[in-house]
Amino acid sequence: MAEMHLKKDWGQEESIRKGFGRGLLEAGKADKNVVAACADLTESTQMIHFAEAFPERFLEVGVAEQNLVTIGAGLAAIGKIPFVSSYAAFSPGRNWEQIRTTVCINDRPVKIIGSHAGVSVGPDGATHQMLEDIALMRALPNMVVIAPCDSVEAQKATLAMAKDKRPNYIRLSRADTPVFTSPHTPFEIGKGYVFRAGSDVTIVATGTMTYQALEAAKLLANKDISAEVVHISTIKPLDGEVILASAKKTRHVVTAEEAQINGGLGGAVAELLGERLPTSMIRVGMADRFGESGEPDELLKHFGLDAESIARAAQKILTDHTNHSH
Amino acid sequence: MGGKLTTKELQKKANDIRVDIIRMLEHAGSGHSAGPLGLADIFSALYFHILKHDPKNPDWQERDILVQSNGHCVPVRYVTMAHAGYFPKAELMTLRKFGSRLQGHPERLRLPGLETTSGPLGSGLSQATGMALALKMDNARDRRVYVLLSDGELDEGNSWEAAMLGAKYNPGNLIALVDRNNIQIDGPTETVMPLESLRAKWEAFGWFVLEINGNDIEAIIGAYDMAKAIVEKPVVIIAHTVPGKGVDFMEYDFHWHGKPPDHKEAIKALHELRTLGGKIKSEHQ
Repeated sequence: MAEMHLKKDWGQEESIRKGFGRGLLEAGKADKNVVAACADLTESTQMIHFAEAFPERFLEVGVAEQNLVTIGAGLAAIGKIPFVSSYAAFSPGRNWEQIRTTVCINDRPVKIIGSHAGVSVGPDGATHQMLEDIALMRALPNMVVIAPCDSVEAQKATLAMAKDKRPNYIRLSRADTPVFTSPHTPFEIGKGYVFRAGSDVTIVATGTMTYQALEAAKLLANKDISAEVVHISTIKPLDGEVILASAKKTRHVVTAEEAQINGGLGGAVAELLGERLPTSMIRVGMADRFGESGEPDELLKHFGLDAESIARAAQKILTDHTNHSH
Repeated sequence: MGGKLTTKELQKKANDIRVDIIRMLEHAGSGHSAGPLGLADIFSALYFHILKHDPKNPDWQERDILVQSNGHCVPVRYVTMAHAGYFPKAELMTLRKFGSRLQGHPERLRLPGLETTSGPLGSGLSQATGMALALKMDNARDRRVYVLLSDGELDEGNSWEAAMLGAKYNPGNLIALVDRNNIQIDGPTETVMPLESLRAKWEAFGWFVLEINGNDIEAIIGAYDMAKAIVEKPVVIIAHTVPGKGVDFMEYDFHWHGKPPDHKEAIKALHELRTLGGKIKSEHQ
């Protein structure tokens, strides 16, 4: 079964944050109300392109993430569309209460950029490998949570965020990862997409793990298992219909994310299925632990965040469920 | 927009505001007493002399913006807004009740005329700075951002992050005021977490400091006038206020930071306010 909507050649690699950088520059050209602020990570969060093009609309706030997001709330109060960037470990890691009060209860359309999420940050180690951001942000009323799967989708998501009237959080990663979506791949905030159709098991994935899920589906195809891959770029609000439709068909669900399994995408899908369509499922993600230093690929493999781990989970759920059924 | 009140009228207005603060807090059965009473003169001066605003059109695009970082002191703002005509005074008695627009801590989305949602401390100065910078980007030279901070909230690091940013970008349309009443929940500020030398701290952070008696209407208006004339640095007014001002048994006592008067205490407080501490005969006696 061929993939849908995707590029033919997946050989090109680029970090997801680069797509954000391009998208912000483009959004800035399209709308003079787009402004940006950064907490001393302008180059690595890729805000630098906007900062160089529009210095009068850019604020460098220094290493001060609480200030970063509250300045954003103030800018938004006067009609600006503020994008505020740091590493996810610090924003929303350091400034969650300010996000809750001044952005969410206050309902200001601040665009929070959490770069360098996940263990694929690599050598920086556990302190910088943010894994709890999805859970933190998903718990907040009014907040939209987005985790694009590659740089091309990140660019589209950034442009969509500039037009969205709600508070938004977007999760980006540091490492180069395959570019497998094209400018023609559909993207809309709040919509999930079937990237590969299948009938035996559903893999619901987000962010960097969507590529791994597609690779897992190929491994499973070699074993005559037909996996459907649903890409969830918006974790909140969750596109329940696309997940329910797939789960109804396959009756087996695996979720995959480069984040804690508690409270993240796996949690969101479990809540949905538990209430609407109880389905046997396995959550692939960080298993309630912290990361460590290493190269991205070896860390992803070590912590079970790769195609092989997803494929194993899919096989396990099919085996277990079959055993229980008979 | 009403005309500006005279000093005498503003003093009387401040006293009327204190009366309604006591009445609403007693009715609510919870809330902060000392800070709002201490701030009544500043709110009287702001809403009836200093701010450019329109109670009938709270979203007026040309208005000045008043950010209240010390959200726990919102009773004084509610009362002053009601007196200014934002909403009927009768609504003051809904404070902290279910379904009320007058939430225990201010929520912008519930009551037109509030500019932020606040209560968790330390994030008002940075929001005000963001607003001031956005107005500067828009070239909106005739609008100002006023922000009120408590002294206790200067324990929060976020306050000083904002102070650094304000000095760095100096938007030129931002005036901060610290309600220096020397109390916080656990006791005197200098016991809980010493703030002195507060003036030197702000100066070291790059701000121009004005220091006044925050219960003196003329001093308040004078300081804001002067602040508008200072452009080389952002300006902070350290306003020394008496917590619980106007009610003898509440003045200077940190125990009144976070509690309302009961019925007996309210009667006593109202009598004192209505007779201006025994100086005049109350018409309600």
